[in-house]
Amino acid sequence: MNEIKENLENQEELSEDMKVLDELTSTEYKWGFVTEIESETAPKGLNEDVIRLISSKKNEPEWMTEWRLKAFRYWQKMEEPHWPNVNYPPIDYQDISYYSAPKQKPQLNSLDEVDPELLKTFEKLGIPLNEQKLLTGVAVDAVFDSVSVTTTFKETLKEKGIIFCSISEAIQEHPDLVKKYLGSVVPYTDNYFAALNSAVFSDGSFVFIPKGVRCPMELSTYFRINAQETGQFERTLIIAEESSYVSYLEGCTAPIRDNNQLHAAVVELVALDDAEIKYSTVQNWYPGDKEGKGGIYNFVTKRGACRGKNSKISWTQVETGSAITWKYPSCILQGDNSIGEFYSVAVTNNLQQADTGTKMIHLGKNTRSTIISKGISAGRSNNSYRGLVKIGKNAEGARNFTQCDSMLMSDQCGAHTFPYIEVENESAKVEHEATTSKVGADQLFYLNQRGIATEDAVNMIVNGFCKEVFNELPMEFAVEAQKLLAISLEGSVG
Amino acid sequence: MLVIKNLHANIEGKEILKGIDLEIKAGEVHAIMGPNGSGKSTLANVLAGNEGYEITGGEIIFEGKNLLELDPEDRAREGVFLAFQYPVEIPGVSNATFLKTAINEVRKYHNQPELTPKEFLDLMKEKSKILGMEEALISRSVNVGFSGGEKKRNEIFQLLMLNPKFALLDETDSGLDIDALKIVSNGVNIFKAKDKAVLVVTHYQRLLNYIQPDFVHVLYKGKIIKSGGKELALELEDKGYDWIKPELVESEIV
Repeated sequence: MNEIKENLENQEELSEDMKVLDELTSTEYKWGFVTEIESETAPKGLNEDVIRLISSKKNEPEWMTEWRLKAFRYWQKMEEPHWPNVNYPPIDYQDISYYSAPKQKPQLNSLDEVDPELLKTFEKLGIPLNEQKLLTGVAVDAVFDSVSVTTTFKETLKEKGIIFCSISEAIQEHPDLVKKYLGSVVPYTDNYFAALNSAVFSDGSFVFIPKGVRCPMELSTYFRINAQETGQFERTLIIAEESSYVSYLEGCTAPIRDNNQLHAAVVELVALDDAEIKYSTVQNWYPGDKEGKGGIYNFVTKRGACRGKNSKISWTQVETGSAITWKYPSCILQGDNSIGEFYSVAVTNNLQQADTGTKMIHLGKNTRSTIISKGISAGRSNNSYRGLVKIGKNAEGARNFTQCDSMLMSDQCGAHTFPYIEVENESAKVEHEATTSKVGADQLFYLNQRGIATEDAVNMIVNGFCKEVFNELPMEFAVEAQKLLAISLEGSVG
Repeated sequence: MLVIKNLHANIEGKEILKGIDLEIKAGEVHAIMGPNGSGKSTLANVLAGNEGYEITGGEIIFEGKNLLELDPEDRAREGVFLAFQYPVEIPGVSNATFLKTAINEVRKYHNQPELTPKEFLDLMKEKSKILGMEEALISRSVNVGFSGGEKKRNEIFQLLMLNPKFALLDETDSGLDIDALKIVSNGVNIFKAKDKAVLVVTHYQRLLNYIQPDFVHVLYKGKIIKSGGKELALELEDKGYDWIKPELVESEIV
């Protein structure tokens, strides 16, 4: 094993003219509203009864309840891991409520039947839930706290044989598919948070693209945590059969709460022969205030299996939110000639912490992976890239290219890179490049001198830095990501 | 157009400019020459508003406005352009995006509508031809992977695109071969007009063969110690700077 650690902290002092930017940091979290909706919430605490309650609330079949209980029993024997480069006070798992649902029955036929308060929330979030927005080509499965409220465009998709629904619905309607694939990429034994999620997962999305079908629109899920002190445990499962294609978008926000909220999701992707899954995330969970109070703990397991030959999975993520981000969207490159990609922008400001990266596990012959990671640290935040590239014995001709770039925007932030490389096949080629840069006074002056004001200049420099990743996002998402980045970093240089 | 009165400036507590007086009128080309460390680049940076320098005294009046009260971006929008000695790289930002933003910021400041994409493209084509810039250079990230000569050429390309009132050229000739020097000078000569002014900061007389100055000033130890016509530049080329250095002149008299 080859481990390299680079610690780049407390870079030399920045010049006077960067202070201008510091004054602008004060942009508040814009998505911090709370929706007044009567909800049904399970009492705090976790035991087998709570799990049975969740399962019965969702009318789950026996096999599902059993699976949850098995996961729970396994979880009880596990210990919470503490290896990432982040700090947080101990989590009291008995002080969390594991289920919260809007009281109204969410099984509705049209948007007119949805609680108007809820619709207003989605409007504030800017979700194109309205069917009129069909032209934008986005199908949305909105997860509001723990249940999926409505799924748009289902009919259009149905004609192609595509299934896009909540995971709860899939458990009812497509039990064979769920049984076959759930936990097949991330078993409940995988890690502490995956086990917890398997036991208590509330809702999430299910996507099935049948053989030979190219999904005609981007599928999108919007997650939002509303109720106080409820952890959100979504479970997402995407299956792309032979020669199919799907692009999936995930966006997240949360209201402002003083307490930290745990978010431990599991996402599993399966790509069969010649299939391609593109998974894009714009994560903007509440990051906590400037003193680090409140915010979401985003402890997520995301993994894709390129099971078939010539299959491809690409993860693109823009992470600007959460008090702590701890996740490694990964690819298991099992099929020969399969391709894994990871494009990431992780921004931390104020007291945010991020330990994120990817794992590329090369098992098949001629498998290829690309990792492009851009970390931006501002304020007093800490931003770590952690990535594993593993080339198995049989991965003849495997190739990886990794590029990790860090940008520092203050003299009190940290950027760290922890690449792990394990190679068991001599024919493999693994490349790793890493750079660290600062938004320099000279760059700002150059742009100022051409008539561009400092805030715009910073945005321009940062967007340029992230360009390779933004290029991978679907158009509307890329625009949103740029805006989000601008807001997250406003005035953060200094 | 530009009046500088008794300008004093420090960098990191050290006084670099020790009382500069200079007046530049519309239509004129001035050259500032001087040995290394005389304060030439400081003067250019101070005029453009680089906050790395501290102004300790004096005035800069540009078109009737007190330049020292304006931020660098507002000075630029008022029409002060600095062609940098060391142009900065901006990875991931294309020359075109950068210039379009810059031009539209300046236009917004003057309550003019933004350029349409077509107008912008036409302008780019026209100006890039003058400087023999390949199209590839324009779509590439600002100055990234440019040779020294290409960077300097890009500065003058930006000058023509932005078309300011006053161009400050900071050692634009350094690192240029003779062909590039001719192209760059030609660009500056195209910029020259009755309502424009140019201040060329240079070490060598070479550039002044192509950009003919109306006035030449010698900067030495933070002060202008001699001013004259373009023949002064030739004299300096011939005799070096020693003959006009005050302490040497004085010692000869003694």
